Amino acid sequence: MELYDILFWVLSAIAVSCALGVILSRNPVNSVLFLILTFFAISGHYVLMNAQFLAIVNIIVYAGAIMVLFLFVIMLMNLNADVEPQKGQLVQLAGVISGGILFLVVLASIKTAKAEIMDKTSTDIGLISNLGKVLFKEYVLPFEISSVLFLSAMIGAIVIGKKEEVKTSATAKMEHVSE
Amino acid sequence: MLLLQIDTALIIEKGLLITAILLGSLGIAMYATWGERKVAAIMQDRIGPNRAGPFGLLQPLADGLKLFFKEEIIPDRSTRLIFILGPSLAMLTATMTSAVIPWAPDYTTDSGHVFSFQVADINIGILFIFGVVSLGVYGVMLGGWASNNKFSLLSSIRAASQAISYELAMGISLIALLMMTESLSLRDIVQQQHGFWADNYFTWNFFKQPLGFIIFLTCAFAELNRAPFDLPECESELNMGYHQEYSSMKLGFYLFAEYVNLFISSVLVSTLYFGGYNFPFMDQVAANVHPMLYSIICLMVLMTKAVMVILFIMAVRWTLPRFRYDQLMKLGWKSLIPLALVNMLITGGVILWAINK
Repeated sequence: MELYDILFWVLSAIAVSCALGVILSRNPVNSVLFLILTFFAISGHYVLMNAQFLAIVNIIVYAGAIMVLFLFVIMLMNLNADVEPQKGQLVQLAGVISGGILFLVVLASIKTAKAEIMDKTSTDIGLISNLGKVLFKEYVLPFEISSVLFLSAMIGAIVIGKKEEVKTSATAKMEHVSE
Repeated sequence: MLLLQIDTALIIEKGLLITAILLGSLGIAMYATWGERKVAAIMQDRIGPNRAGPFGLLQPLADGLKLFFKEEIIPDRSTRLIFILGPSLAMLTATMTSAVIPWAPDYTTDSGHVFSFQVADINIGILFIFGVVSLGVYGVMLGGWASNNKFSLLSSIRAASQAISYELAMGISLIALLMMTESLSLRDIVQQQHGFWADNYFTWNFFKQPLGFIIFLTCAFAELNRAPFDLPECESELNMGYHQEYSSMKLGFYLFAEYVNLFISSVLVSTLYFGGYNFPFMDQVAANVHPMLYSIICLMVLMTKAVMVILFIMAVRWTLPRFRYDQLMKLGWKSLIPLALVNMLITGGVILWAINK
């Protein structure tokens, strides 16, 4: 067993057990923390595949930004086990059935999938210069379109989040003055 | 059967280097607390710490001992594990950044062995630092939330939103720098700033990216939670802020992590914008002294630059008043980010039309 294999198995064990922790822990804050650990383990896998750029971007974007916002929302809502809403039996049954169907699909696809082993020495597609060239030469159109999609999502969030009251209170003050 | 194929010599070498860097940055952070009190005292026409040892030089040791021996209180209603995790994470992220900083040029021994004064030369050095900085907010956030105190929670939410807002401008100002250097590796960036003057212009990035430097430094202040951006610890509104419930060495770790961060970011500012370990006439020096001595001189040059930056940051703390929270957000989103974008566009234009004609 080489160092590579040992690292691979250790990281896989961490990733799987933390992913289980996400869905099994009762406290949502613990779930978020487990999810962050899962991202770290997956980043470790990227490093093993010599995709350092993907690894670090995974940490910056997911662990560093998105999970902070998740934590933000959960902290402000103050969720804990005592106030967890109790679901009806019908809803629970529906959850079990839909989850089971998804599990079947995943199982079927894994069973037929060919286990291709990555060549771990020669791949360097994840290094930043190669990734940049591929992204800005071959895939420039989908890249730009997805950035427009992000922009529209951002503008949409601002439009939804904008308060109407500011305007109404200002006009109310104006009316008050004119009276 | 060979179980492990590990280069033991490499591990010992890197282990020694990591230990030295860790101890060095902890020691400098320790004396930064003393320095801060002396700077404050000088600026306010006081004497400052002068009881413990000559010039009060043993004061940091006395403070550390006091924190160690204080009673440790974990609040009853806190989330115990996360409460302990908070300061540990703060300390961990503070010390992790030093891994990719090149402290001095490579030293080649007489037998031809190359000793590198950098723990890891990864080709995404700057992004690594950025990732660690973006994780730094977890220590504050988790600690503040786990304390189960509304002031702590408010403070940790402030800290998180401040950090996220200023990371954007910081990233964009760095993109302009990276467009000039065409490399993400800190070693390449330092080597490009070799000496002081080449091709009829300064080599240091400060002279190539003055606006980017100002934006980066401002964002560094905000990321460090230093005055004038120390709103998470704003005592007139939040008592003590996120570490209100912390006592003993856990409080000490929070305060100490701040000074470790201060030191590491000063080194980083020197590395990115002030040439790192480079200094004028370094080639002449390198030709005339022993290579080991040359490495030590380079290290000392980097340390001198870092200390200058630390002194500047301290002087700012005791000069400027604290921002109001809406002013902070306005500065970040409405001034720094557009400025950084304009800087990026100008840099791109100059590279396109003037340099790569």
